[in-house]
Amino acid sequence: MVNALAVTGGRVVTPEGLIEGGVLVQDGRVAAIGSFDCPANVERIDARGAIIAPGLIDTGVFAIDRPAFVAGGITRAVLMPDGGQPIETVALVQHAAAAGKPKVWVHPLAAATRGLKGQELAEIGLMQMGGACGVATGRQWIADTGVMHRLLAYAGSLGLRTVSHAEDGGLVGDAVMTDGETATRLGLAAAPAEAEALAVARDLLLVEATGAPIHFRQVTTARGLDLVRAAKAKGLPVSCGITPAHLFLADSAVTGFRTFARLSPPLRAEDDRRACLAAIADGTIDLICSGHDPQGAEAKRLPFADAEPGMAGAETLLALSLTLVRDGLIGLERLFDLLAGAPARLFGLPGGSLAVGAEADLVIVDMDAPWRIESDMMAAAAGNTPFDGLPVQGRVVQTIKGGVPIR
Amino acid sequence: MSNSPTRSVDGREVHPFPHRHLIGIAGLQPHEIAFLLDEAEQWVQLNRGTAKHDDRLAGLTLINAFFENSTRTLLSFEIAGKRLGADVVNMAVAASSVKKGETLIDTAVTLNAMRADMIVIRHEASGAVQLIADKVDCPVLNAGDGRHEHPTQALLDALTIRRRKGRIAGLIVAICGDVLHSRVARSNILSLTALGAEVRVVGPPTLLPPAIERMGVTRFTDFDAGLDGADVVMMLRLQRERMAGGFVPSPREYHALYGLTHERLARAAPDALVMHPGPMNRGVEIASAVADDLERSAITEQVEMGVAVRMACLDVLTRGRRGVAGW
Repeated sequence: MVNALAVTGGRVVTPEGLIEGGVLVQDGRVAAIGSFDCPANVERIDARGAIIAPGLIDTGVFAIDRPAFVAGGITRAVLMPDGGQPIETVALVQHAAAAGKPKVWVHPLAAATRGLKGQELAEIGLMQMGGACGVATGRQWIADTGVMHRLLAYAGSLGLRTVSHAEDGGLVGDAVMTDGETATRLGLAAAPAEAEALAVARDLLLVEATGAPIHFRQVTTARGLDLVRAAKAKGLPVSCGITPAHLFLADSAVTGFRTFARLSPPLRAEDDRRACLAAIADGTIDLICSGHDPQGAEAKRLPFADAEPGMAGAETLLALSLTLVRDGLIGLERLFDLLAGAPARLFGLPGGSLAVGAEADLVIVDMDAPWRIESDMMAAAAGNTPFDGLPVQGRVVQTIKGGVPIR
Repeated sequence: MSNSPTRSVDGREVHPFPHRHLIGIAGLQPHEIAFLLDEAEQWVQLNRGTAKHDDRLAGLTLINAFFENSTRTLLSFEIAGKRLGADVVNMAVAASSVKKGETLIDTAVTLNAMRADMIVIRHEASGAVQLIADKVDCPVLNAGDGRHEHPTQALLDALTIRRRKGRIAGLIVAICGDVLHSRVARSNILSLTALGAEVRVVGPPTLLPPAIERMGVTRFTDFDAGLDGADVVMMLRLQRERMAGGFVPSPREYHALYGLTHERLARAAPDALVMHPGPMNRGVEIASAVADDLERSAITEQVEMGVAVRMACLDVLTRGRRGVAGW
């Protein structure tokens, strides 16, 4: 049989719950789930009791890093427009969209403004025709409220979700950390955590005014999450994400001037970290993303304030997120909604959940496999992870994209 | 000489300063700080004599790598090194390859390859000295990194206070002014609290770091309240560029609210000691009349203690490589 694959002997994560058995794939799509009669002459993979789940959709990566994505079970990546040159033309959108195939499909976000300078609207409509799945403000917020208002109205009318970076640039200034004891002891420029809530509050008011959907790439503070929670209760089209770093590390991780822990937004106080976990549990946070941004030694082996922010997170995204299940905060179905289902729904992408007829983007996960995150053993383009040395559990055994096992 | 003799632990002699570098006061035990102060006393005596020379560092090379402008600290380290007989080389940053884009790590590796026996570093970025120290084989002394630490300044301040007041424990020390941007303040807070003083930080709210109370100090934005009953008033330098409306509205408003005058000083203890790490902005954070009051001001004595403390640090940190018994 042409292009057919049977994954058997596992437990399948579906929106309806775990189903014993496997997944049958034909012509790149899911043909059957659970128990099925395996046709002759198909390639078979024995899951050996492992979890069979939808391939991860990583929202807001800064680099197309296929080895890291494959190692992390990521089959689709929503690309930020400022990994390098701003993605502000149709040609750049199409180039980025083709860059990961066939192993990983990249879905670019269009630069919201020309050169991501936050002043003039970029050719959003043309980029949408070229394949952009949304627009994004990039690593910075848009300081000019008038521009943000027009952007939301325009992108919203095209049916595009705007991905915003929620940090008030004026309050942040040259800060590289969140205000607190660690920043004070290290003598690093820091900004109040309220910088996030300020930006969220402004953008939510504009969402209310325009009715346009917004996605905050990361919301990492209690006050920011409270605003998102309240907006959702009002029925506003708002969603937000977070990275494992902000769920599992507080600003004290910077102690010793660890530049791998220099992130944007910066790591927060312990109370805010706990609020983020609570927001995962109560559904305020829609998705977990890696924020994948590999930075080599020349960008990280510098004095803290001179180092680039960002972490290589793609291949640790799943293992770290599984901690939430192991700690009983959420179930497996919800975890894979955070990692795949929600991103697909929010950005209108194929895949994201396992159902008959869906794209056969699968990942086989050994939930119990122990391993250690090691900076210099990473598949990613660079090993800048603040989790260096951490023992974790749960490893991707096999990534399958469109019914094809990726090796 | 030292009042802290080599201690015996489990039958092994353990020397009283088990650190390879001096990056900060953070990480030092109170008895280790006291040991350095004790060691400095002998150099105060030597420096007050006519033949100010000791040969214990003869043949060793001291590199002063100052990535940020400095006159007094550089001079102080240079004199300290020379009085102990070391070959002192000052690296002029304006002429160095740092301006050509060489990374800090490459510079560190280069200095290391030149077989320095001690490297003294000042850098404008917090954490930069630690970064270099991790890459070199010889002791590194932090002469100031960004807003982080300036340990020899804290040691010389502690020595000055101890000599003038006879003790540090139990004293009320008010550190006043731009604490936010001050590495001197951070190192002093760490050392003075470790040595048992009650430390206050006093300044406009825009120049006090958040969560500073977590370092064991009390925070005052009212200058008079902060000075009340203080035994030591330590003024900090306010950078010119921060007086122009960014952090405080103007130099004259700053002087009116937070400048130390004799009237203000009357709030402190009658015998309160006035200190300033220099260079001073006369008429801004401190009135000339106070700075020049020999009864109250210890400012020139601080400079004198600076050389002695740095001699002690250079001596202690090189004992291992000089093969001093027990080190």
